[in-house]
Amino acid sequence: MAMIASDNHGLRLVTRYAVLVLIAVIFIFPLVFMLMSSLKPDQQLLQDSGSLRAFLPVGDISLQNYTKAFERAPVLTFVFNSLLVTGVTVVLSLVLCSMAGFAFVFVDWKGRGVLLSVLLATLIVPFETIAIPMLLLASKLPWVGMEGLSYGWLNTYRVQIVPFIADGLTVFLFVQYFKDLPGELIEAARVEGASWWQIYRKIVMPLSGPILATAAILKFLTMYNQYLWPLMVTQEEGYRPVMVGLQYFFQLNVAWGEVMAYLSLITVPVLAFYLYLQKAFIASIASTGVKG
Amino acid sequence: MASKFTRSNRTGFLMAGPAVFLIGCFVILPFLFAIAFSFTNQRLMSPNPTEWVGLSNYEALLGLGTLTLEPEKDATGAVVMEDGEPKFPATRSFTRGNPDYPQLAGMREWFSFDHGGSRTFVLARDVVFMTAVVNTFLFVIIVAPVQAGIALGLALLINQRLRGINVFRAIYFMPVVVSIVVVSLLWRLIYDGQSGLLNNLLSAVSFGMIPQIDWLGNPDTALGAIIGMSIWQAVGFHMVIWLSGLQTISPTLYEAAAIEGASKTQVFRYITWPGLRNTAVLILIVITMQAFGLFAQIDVMTNGGPLDSTQTIVFQAVERGYVKKDISGGSAISVVLFVIVLSISLIQRWLTREKS
Repeated sequence: MAMIASDNHGLRLVTRYAVLVLIAVIFIFPLVFMLMSSLKPDQQLLQDSGSLRAFLPVGDISLQNYTKAFERAPVLTFVFNSLLVTGVTVVLSLVLCSMAGFAFVFVDWKGRGVLLSVLLATLIVPFETIAIPMLLLASKLPWVGMEGLSYGWLNTYRVQIVPFIADGLTVFLFVQYFKDLPGELIEAARVEGASWWQIYRKIVMPLSGPILATAAILKFLTMYNQYLWPLMVTQEEGYRPVMVGLQYFFQLNVAWGEVMAYLSLITVPVLAFYLYLQKAFIASIASTGVKG
Repeated sequence: MASKFTRSNRTGFLMAGPAVFLIGCFVILPFLFAIAFSFTNQRLMSPNPTEWVGLSNYEALLGLGTLTLEPEKDATGAVVMEDGEPKFPATRSFTRGNPDYPQLAGMREWFSFDHGGSRTFVLARDVVFMTAVVNTFLFVIIVAPVQAGIALGLALLINQRLRGINVFRAIYFMPVVVSIVVVSLLWRLIYDGQSGLLNNLLSAVSFGMIPQIDWLGNPDTALGAIIGMSIWQAVGFHMVIWLSGLQTISPTLYEAAAIEGASKTQVFRYITWPGLRNTAVLILIVITMQAFGLFAQIDVMTNGGPLDSTQTIVFQAVERGYVKKDISGGSAISVVLFVIVLSISLIQRWLTREKS
């Protein structure tokens, strides 16, 4: 770019950056406030909120709130549960939804057109409208386990995992992506005598890095941040994920320091993960829009 | 590319089967259940067998009635005044055990309006649900255009060629990855009536002119406070979708406009906006669907209060279906919600259709 620096140009540039910075402050101040408050005793925390000190690590700084948060609730159990449920769901979702996408795009089979339109139709059913009947369903579903046949999925890991493995959006994202892959490649491999499983594993999956990242990130965000469903199906502490665990902190007398410590604890790793993979996160949200 | 090499019913079923089966079990089946249960008296756990009850769940939810009353008159025929207003008979006397008005039995006053000396009372079977419907619509009607508009503004800002613009994009998007539950709890402290950041900020910039407000504890401000916070959290999501729409517009159009000497407004009006048409429709539908699901903010911040000013449809569905174990009542609310969401997205699609 040829820079012919006139005063006018410089001023415009400064204004532009000023606007950008001002908006950035609006988006970032609550998060900075959360982090800084988590390090302060309650009384100082409330006093500081009257000045810029609210956003600075000043005064009586310690990790005490974190220690107290761990005493108040089984934080590690919640974190473990969330990671387990989220991790298992993401992996299974990638496998099953990519397989389905593969079958819908590359394999020619009876009923695929109808089934694909049914799956697309489910996109207009918001989860909130099926949560209540699903609660009843979950309370009655059978399961074959070590102890034989049993009924009822409430207070388990599976009730938090199985219903969310497959969803219309994820299958749809894979379908869209596979459509843009060269179909001749697959047909050529078939002519060469490759089996469908070989094509899926050896040709299509290695080409699917971007869409796997997209689907994983979207699933990760919805699962880790889920609230309504685990709230209803986990009455037992041992199965609760981090978001439901929050309830231990906003009862009668809110100890804000501990609350902020817990919030920071469950949020900062996600934010760090996001900042590290920022481009992929933003691309995955964008992909839900472009082709919709 | 249908050829004998790509045709295989067995492979198709095997590979698509698991995902299709799960979606069938956990999306389609519960959806059909919602419809079916809403016509029964199904409870989460009940010793009594489930029975068909027809439309009575819907009747209990949506039943409305009106009652037009003349003011009370004394022996001389003059209107009885009370606190400077004409006195009307209590609606209670019509809705409780009044054999002349069986259709109003059990209803409560929702709102009333005066006309030509008499007053019409609108009665509802379930006043709280009606309030929830109104609040939810209010939320959607404000959030959809405002959030879409701000998101577009941010997207245009971020679409500039400036050094370090990616840093700003990353920051604006940051709240999206934070759970709405976390955000809600965090903002409870920001909105706090005594030591909240917002009150302190307002009083600092106004030199103490703006009084302290208990944002979430005041029925006039609670829903507004939740709207503001919800937009803050989600606007980055839609900014990114707008941004990807903006980037599909061919740069040659902008080059041509620059050569022709078009103004910034003209460029937006004749190039940018028409290029964003499909994105706009999508964003509006997505925001609307998300906004109708309003629940976590309410559950964490206000529990529907104060004075039902933040009751919402989903909050009511959970209140019935989960807290009160009334699956059929909760299902009826779910069906009502689905019908609303579906009709609105159909109307939006129709209003924004390509006019040829």
